[in-house]
Amino acid sequence: MAEYKLKTPLNDEDVSKLKSGDIVYLSGVMYTARDAAHKRLVDLILSGEELPFDVKGTVIYYVGPTPPKPGNPIGSAGPTTSYRMDPYAPILIEHGLKGMIGKGKRNEAVKDACKKYKAVYFGATGGAAALIAKAIKKAEVIAYPELGPEAVRRIEVEDFPVVVVNDTYGNDLYEEGRKLWEQK
Amino acid sequence: MRVVKYEDIVKSIKDMIIYSTTHLAPDMQKALEEAYENEKSEVSRAVLAQLLENAVIAEKEWKPLCQDTGLAIYFVKVGTDVKVEGGTLKEAIYEGTAKGYEEGYLRASTCDCFSRANLKDKAGYNLPPIIYFDLVEGDKIDIEYAAKGGGSENVSRATVLAPAAGKEGIKEFVRKVVSDAGPNPCPPLVVGVGIGGSFDMSAVMSKHSLFRNIGTPNPDPELDALEKELKEELNKLGIGAMGMGGTETVLAVHIETYENRMCHIASLPVAVNIQCHSSRHSHITI
Repeated sequence: MAEYKLKTPLNDEDVSKLKSGDIVYLSGVMYTARDAAHKRLVDLILSGEELPFDVKGTVIYYVGPTPPKPGNPIGSAGPTTSYRMDPYAPILIEHGLKGMIGKGKRNEAVKDACKKYKAVYFGATGGAAALIAKAIKKAEVIAYPELGPEAVRRIEVEDFPVVVVNDTYGNDLYEEGRKLWEQK
Repeated sequence: MRVVKYEDIVKSIKDMIIYSTTHLAPDMQKALEEAYENEKSEVSRAVLAQLLENAVIAEKEWKPLCQDTGLAIYFVKVGTDVKVEGGTLKEAIYEGTAKGYEEGYLRASTCDCFSRANLKDKAGYNLPPIIYFDLVEGDKIDIEYAAKGGGSENVSRATVLAPAAGKEGIKEFVRKVVSDAGPNPCPPLVVGVGIGGSFDMSAVMSKHSLFRNIGTPNPDPELDALEKELKEELNKLGIGAMGMGGTETVLAVHIETYENRMCHIASLPVAVNIQCHSSRHSHITI
C-alpha cells in the first residue's frame, strides 16, 4: 500500500497509478454534492445543458456539512454514505469525473464505470468530520443554495486524507479487507 | 405537586444537545481506545486513530463530531407528581431542539418525505424530533437524548421470527443485519437488539438499548452472556473500522426485552438498531 500526494484536477495518469488500499492526500479544488444535487446535475447532462462546474478531471465529495461557525470556512464535514449517488455516478464518470469521495459500498455499475473510463472511488473516514474540516481551506456555494446542506459547494482543500477503495482495475478494498480478516 | 418552568426545560435540552454532539461520550471514548489497542489490522487502526484525534478537535473547538447531527431522539419519563408551568413538556422539547440545533451550528437534517425539501422555515430547525413518553412515579422528569444519524439508521432492520427459530434464529438475524451493512453505517458499531413485545415495540427497545453505557452489564445474566457471545461472533465478520477490514467491528451488543422477555404466543419479534462509532447519547434529570 503506497502513499501519494495528488493535486486536482486529476488525469488518467494520476488515477491509473492508484491501487485499492493506497493512502492519498488530495489538494486543490473539488466540489461537494449529495443525491439531490446529483439528480439535478444528471438532468442537465441529459438535456444537453451546461453544468455549474467543469466535470472533466474533477473530484466530487459526498458531504452535507454543518453550518460554519463564525470565522470558519465550513462546519464539520465528514463523508456521507455513497450508494445514494450510485444511480447518477456512472454518467458523470463518462463525462470526465475522475474521483469521488464518500463512505460505504458502490454498486457494480459504478465500479464498471471506474474501470472503463478510469476513475477512482476514495473512502474518507465517516464521523471524523471535525478533523476533515481542517483540510478544507475555502468553501463557497456555487449552485442550488435552496438545498441547504445539500447545495453544491466549490471547496479548496489541502492534504485531504483519503484511502482508495475502488481503483481503475476493478479492485475493492472493502471486499479484500474483509476477506483478509474474516474468521469462519 | 412539584412545578418546573417551561423555560428551564428548553434551556436544559438546548445545552444537552450542543454538548453531546461536540463531546464524545465517556463510554464511547473508552470503547474506541480499547478498540485501537486491540485492532490487528493496520488500516483499521489508522481509522481509529483518526476518530480519537477527531474527538480531541471536536471537544476543543465545540465542533460537531459528525456532520450528521441526526434526528433528535428522546425517551422521556415523566413523574406523576410534576407539572410544567408556561407550556407543555412536548412543546418545550420541540423548542429546546430547534434552539440547540440552530444555536449550536448543527445541521438541520429533517426533510419532507417526498419533495426531500428541508422545511426548517415551516417545521422549525431540525424539527420534528422523535419522542417516546412514559409515566412513572415521583416528581422528576428524566430525559434521554440521542443524535441518530441516517447512515446507521438506513441499515437497521426489524422482523418477526417464528417461535421455533429461538435464540439461534435471533443470532442469525443479527449477524445478517451487521454483515449486510458492511462499511455503510460507520463501524465500529454499537448493535442494539430489541426482543419481544410486538413488531413495533421490538424496534423501540432496540433503539432504547443504545442508551446504555458500554461496559454496563445486562442485568439479566442469560442476556448478558448472549450479548458477549454475539459480540465475539460479529467481530469474526472481519469488517473492521469503516469497513476497511479488521478485528474490531462491534464495540458492544445491547439487548432489551419487553417486560422481562414477554411476547405473543405465536411470535418472536426481533429488531436490530445499528449505531455508529459517534453514538451521541446523554441523559438528564430535571
